[in-house]
Amino acid sequence: MSEELRRRSSGAAESETGETNKLGTAESNSSRENLQSNLRDSEIDSEDDKFGRKGSIDLSGSIPSGTDKAPSVLDQMLQDLPDKWRNWVVRGIFSFLMLIFFLVVIYGGPLALMITTLVVQVKCFQEIINIGYSVYRIHGLPWFRSLSWYFLITSNYFFYGESLVEYFGVVINRTDFLRVLVTYHRFISFCLYCGGFVLFVLSLVKKYYMKQFSLFAWTHVALLIVVTQSYLIIKNIFEGLIWFIVPVSMIICNDIMAYVFGFFFGKTPLIKLSPKKTWEGFIGGGVSTVVFGFIMSYVMCQYSYFVCPIEYSETLGRMTMECEPGPLFRPTNYKLPEFMCGFLTTFGLPDSVSLYPFMLHSLSLSIFSSVIGPFGGFFASGFKRAFKIKDFGDVIPGHGGIMDRFDCQFLMATFVNVYISSFIKWDSPQKLLTQVLYLKPEQQLQLFHMLKENLENRNILTPEV
Amino acid sequence: MECVVFVYIPNVYNVKVCHIVLAGCNKLSRICVCAKLSKHGLRDKVVIQLMDETQEKRKPKSWTSWLPVPRFKSNVIRRTITGFTLFFYFYFVVYCGVPLILLHALAIEIICHNEIINIALKAKKIPNIPFFRTLNWYFVIVANYFFFGEAFSEYLDIFVKKYYAINVLISYHKFLAFCFYFLGIICFLVKIRKKLIRQEFSVLAWTHFLLIIIGLQCYMIVQNVFEGIIWLILPVGLVILNDIFAYIFGKLCGRTPLISLSPNKTLEGFVFGGISTLLFGTLLSYIFCHAPYLTCPVRFFGKSKRHSNEHISNIISIKVYPFLYHSLAFSLFASVIAPFGGFCASGFKRAFKVKDFGDLIPGHGGLTDRFDCQFLMATFVNVYIWTFIRTAEVDKIYQKVFQLSIDNQLKFYHLLNESLCVRGLMKN
Repeated sequence: MSEELRRRSSGAAESETGETNKLGTAESNSSRENLQSNLRDSEIDSEDDKFGRKGSIDLSGSIPSGTDKAPSVLDQMLQDLPDKWRNWVVRGIFSFLMLIFFLVVIYGGPLALMITTLVVQVKCFQEIINIGYSVYRIHGLPWFRSLSWYFLITSNYFFYGESLVEYFGVVINRTDFLRVLVTYHRFISFCLYCGGFVLFVLSLVKKYYMKQFSLFAWTHVALLIVVTQSYLIIKNIFEGLIWFIVPVSMIICNDIMAYVFGFFFGKTPLIKLSPKKTWEGFIGGGVSTVVFGFIMSYVMCQYSYFVCPIEYSETLGRMTMECEPGPLFRPTNYKLPEFMCGFLTTFGLPDSVSLYPFMLHSLSLSIFSSVIGPFGGFFASGFKRAFKIKDFGDVIPGHGGIMDRFDCQFLMATFVNVYISSFIKWDSPQKLLTQVLYLKPEQQLQLFHMLKENLENRNILTPEV
Repeated sequence: MECVVFVYIPNVYNVKVCHIVLAGCNKLSRICVCAKLSKHGLRDKVVIQLMDETQEKRKPKSWTSWLPVPRFKSNVIRRTITGFTLFFYFYFVVYCGVPLILLHALAIEIICHNEIINIALKAKKIPNIPFFRTLNWYFVIVANYFFFGEAFSEYLDIFVKKYYAINVLISYHKFLAFCFYFLGIICFLVKIRKKLIRQEFSVLAWTHFLLIIIGLQCYMIVQNVFEGIIWLILPVGLVILNDIFAYIFGKLCGRTPLISLSPNKTLEGFVFGGISTLLFGTLLSYIFCHAPYLTCPVRFFGKSKRHSNEHISNIISIKVYPFLYHSLAFSLFASVIAPFGGFCASGFKRAFKVKDFGDLIPGHGGLTDRFDCQFLMATFVNVYIWTFIRTAEVDKIYQKVFQLSIDNQLKFYHLLNESLCVRGLMKN
């Protein structure tokens, strides 16, 4: 009934331009037409909109969808299967391929991870911006495409520069040429941004003001979502590969487990936005994520490849990932709470358990990921629903675009970064050393002597004879 | 007299379906409208609201109409009076000290945010959904909590550590702000309505965009103020001077238009305004340099309740003021790039077909009209300070060493020793 109402109301709106002439007296015809044309003018922004677009936006024609596509090789192999099964097989194959790719990249080390993050980020930005172009139908203005890409490059330069300055600053301070780029890095990227801003203002075209401003806002929001969060991913990687791998796998596990539990036990729907998600899937997925996170962190804590932060060591003269595991990654004894102690000792079991402290952190990380994961997915599906598109793109057959796979990961990376900076003490002797190396040589000596005096006073350091 | 009839369908939350123009507001026309609608089967479902056209166009009375200010015909005199009032008001604020300045920065940010988002939503014809406007303010509060937490934890840590509640709020500000933000997103997703889903995403996107544009600049202004009040006063003064001089020169000898966006701006005004800004700006900074109240960075000392300022000696020395070189760079930026912020705002007003951002200041329009160029300038000042002026301080690092455990302190000592010896700064 409401659908009919909407159709009729939009029909009524569109026929009003024809009908108004029948109402009213003849004398005020001309003034009425004036008013009518004024009203009409105020609603169109350019010649495109002359015939009105009052209903909702439907972009299903302009954004390609990847869920039902499959490469031709697979198509031939799976010709005889019914459609539904074929989709599942394609999806399964590509999930497996993505997992293998992920493992290869981890094996490749931090540099491979940084490059992959950059590529993923650019592709996600492209997909979001494509939607923006289709919404505002701005294909006619070539300037604008280049401007969005210019802003992407500028913000990437700024963010990657920030992380490079922090971690490679020590190396770079040695060579004079790179030192200029490092010291003035913020200033240079700000000038580049200003240049982009000035170009934007100069490129405003009379009839397209509203569209250009809307797309400007769209670009900035897309940059905020994509670029800031990939910068935080890189920062997490520098803390230790484990801070990247464990959250990512938690989100993947939560996705898969929620689906499995929903498939077998799903009954009560969770949210109006995604009718296919159920409470049973949500809770089941959450519990299994916690268990999985526990096991995975136990396994990973034992390898220094994953655990060590990436730092510069003076002795070796380069960046290393070998270190002594920090206090978070050494087994410590935890005493179990009182009420369990008595129970356990009667059975002759020990009353304290030896855990890696990281496993407790992984507990909180997994609880958050089982909440963030689904809601990030709801946000993305709400967004797709608003514009009536099925997928963000068609890069991955069976799954859709890259943004479809990575929508929850971005928010999780932000959370991990916030968690690390709030609860896990950043400062280690090496980190402070990198900060000291920024001081002038006289200041460094001053610091050294002040420190020496203080340590000797407190008898921590025995004065040399 | 012509009438405009607005037709609403109540279920779809007051979304305006169409408007029909009638020749007159008499009963006959109303009957005709009803007849027309019943033809389409909409008669019973529709609320017809007859509105006088003059009623539509009449703006609500501005608060200034109650002031006993004589209404001069000329706009220039009105603008000048308001300008002077504003000037004295801000002089008073600066005189009162840093906390009041920060409070005003926050208030200005919120008012500008409010003005712009009102315009954007009205122009895009997004219906006024109360819950989503509340959500907008919720996000603004969370973002400002995050920014102020960052600023306080960096500069005012002694003050922060005194009271336990504030200590918790500020030390964990990142985590708490993230949790509140995510809670807001969850509420957004739960309360989303399928029919208005695109408009609701629009509101969310505008909130985020305005937070980047305005909220972030407010944080930068706060950071600038902590480096010394002059880093706020001088850029603001330069932009105002540039505005006034460009206007004067434009009126005196303006001929060639500068940019199609703002037909009132002329090339002569731009160039001569720029030159006079350079001259007068240098003079202004020379005057400001003499006041230690303005030049000293803000630090908090535990003994007294008020903040005290201490002298920076590497920026200001008695005979020569290196600060004047910096002020030259600022004047250059203020005269060349900052006007583009003004052009952008004019373009925005044109795009959304409004004359002013609001009506808070008589003669000038809304608050955003006055502060549009300032935002870009504040960002430039912040980046400039960070790059050229700030140096790492020995004291800060020294204090950080004592937060390590004792083993780590010893370890740090040995590492530092080794590093200094390796680089030849010290003999062992």
